[in-house]
Amino acid sequence: MQVSKEKLEELTKAARKVRRSIIEMTAEAGSGHPGGSLSCADILVALYFHEMKVDPQNPDWPDRDRFVLSKGHAAPALYAVLAERGYFPKEELKTLRKINSILQGHPDMKKTPGVDMTTGSLGQGLSAANGMALAGKLDGKSYRVYVLLGDGELEEGQVWEAAMAAAHYKLDNLTAFVDHNGLQIDGPIVQVMSPEIIQEKFRAFGWHVIDVDGHDFEDILRAIEEAKSIKEKPTVIVAKTVKGKGVPFMENQVDWHGKAPSKEQAEEALKVL
Amino acid sequence: MPKIATRDAYGEALAELGEEIKEIVVLDADLSKSTKTSVFAKKFPERFFNMGIAEQNLMGTAAGLATCGKIPFASTFAIFATGRAFEQVRNSICYPNLNVKIAATHAGITVGEDGATHQSIEDIALMRVMPNMTVISPADATETKMAVRAAAQIKGPVYLRLGRHPVETIFGEGYEFKPGKGVILREGKDVAIIATGVMVAEALKAAEMLEKDDIKAMVVNIHTIKPIDEEVILKAAECGAIVTAEEHSIIGGLGSAVAEVLSEKKPVPIKRIGIRDVFGMSGKPEELMKAYGLAAEDIAEAARTLRR
Repeated sequence: MQVSKEKLEELTKAARKVRRSIIEMTAEAGSGHPGGSLSCADILVALYFHEMKVDPQNPDWPDRDRFVLSKGHAAPALYAVLAERGYFPKEELKTLRKINSILQGHPDMKKTPGVDMTTGSLGQGLSAANGMALAGKLDGKSYRVYVLLGDGELEEGQVWEAAMAAAHYKLDNLTAFVDHNGLQIDGPIVQVMSPEIIQEKFRAFGWHVIDVDGHDFEDILRAIEEAKSIKEKPTVIVAKTVKGKGVPFMENQVDWHGKAPSKEQAEEALKVL
Repeated sequence: MPKIATRDAYGEALAELGEEIKEIVVLDADLSKSTKTSVFAKKFPERFFNMGIAEQNLMGTAAGLATCGKIPFASTFAIFATGRAFEQVRNSICYPNLNVKIAATHAGITVGEDGATHQSIEDIALMRVMPNMTVISPADATETKMAVRAAAQIKGPVYLRLGRHPVETIFGEGYEFKPGKGVILREGKDVAIIATGVMVAEALKAAEMLEKDDIKAMVVNIHTIKPIDEEVILKAAECGAIVTAEEHSIIGGLGSAVAEVLSEKKPVPIKRIGIRDVFGMSGKPEELMKAYGLAAEDIAEAARTLRR
């Protein structure tokens, strides 16, 4: 698949705006998870600005493609993408985590237009995505279901219950991403509780596995195309990413998992974004 | 009247309802022969999903199906549905208020020989504490069938508490079932027995026993524990004393729910019949009911004590 230069530029531009929003909104909120939001921003941009059949004017359109942010703490990335895509005014981003906001600390499908599933408690998103994919098959619909998991999240047992079920029911309309940034709250995943080797585990569970650079749009889009061509099994795209990507002082720093930047730090970050 | 387990009535009702409501899908966790969802599975194989022994994924998948307009009935034993998968039910189903029906069988100690690990005596407490959840605990086969139909019509999560052991059929065809509405089965003025599930039959027997002592006992069936019918409870309170009866821990279940209403609105003396903060054990259902003080005689004795 050839991606045009214009398309790549558009995606790069959108990703930059999304990253700026992530910094601005977490700084404004004074809490949140910038590190893991920045690491998955490019994947979300690729999905919402290129791949997914969605209609921001009609967020509940029954035939839309679905997206489940299983690593719900990356909500700022999802909110920034949805706002950028026109689901709700960008002004709303300033209300993140504040009382009565449509933007809860973790995604709430009943409060935020465009959020397809309520998530936040790790390990639950893939199961919900399976349910959406099963419903699609049952109804003979052609929509596809995307789900994004964190690599630390793979430590949850429910993920593997769901991985087993997705292969068992041959959910080829389902594509999972693993945001493989290598860090979780307490440190590197391989030190806390290694889920490695991620690719081999999914392969053993009956999945088609693709490796990509999670910050390379051509790579991501190629993988999504490949996933669509795979029949009779679900696909997982293991995306090598950098936690805090785009903000030099946040990159690969475990401390930026769940800490908001100060006003000064946000300004410094925005200078380079 | 024949003895029928509420799980059997559930299996039948679900298969019937599947014909009428095409959005119904059923999920089970390798217990379809025990939960009786196998009847539906046989009739509608394409709408039945065996999720294997993986209850957390069972609940999450049901949630996902519900987001796409399906009406999933998720079945397994009560202990696993409400305990093993508690947080999935909370965060993936109740919080987003998804239209999932959790129809759990093998509730209470009448599970019998399998023993404490499989005897769910906490499920009412766990399910009723969650916002958006409706909790229904039918007393017999007739009520179960009506409850299954009502559950399918309610928009939002419903917990249906069903049993393994055959129980007497109390209600006939003309019985009226309205979710959230308690039913006065027997009028009385001296004491009121408020019961749920299999304990409704015991409550009726207890009222007969009390009649011999010239105590007129009102009997109320609370099939919907949440939202609870405050009106009927306050009416029962006019008897001046209340005995609650449930095949569940006395902590957090029907007795607690009734006490909550009474203590805020009309305090009257109350005795709670139920499992008194202990685990169950293996045995025949009838033996266990006696051993844990859940027999009609225990209810009658509590009523007499309150009257004294």
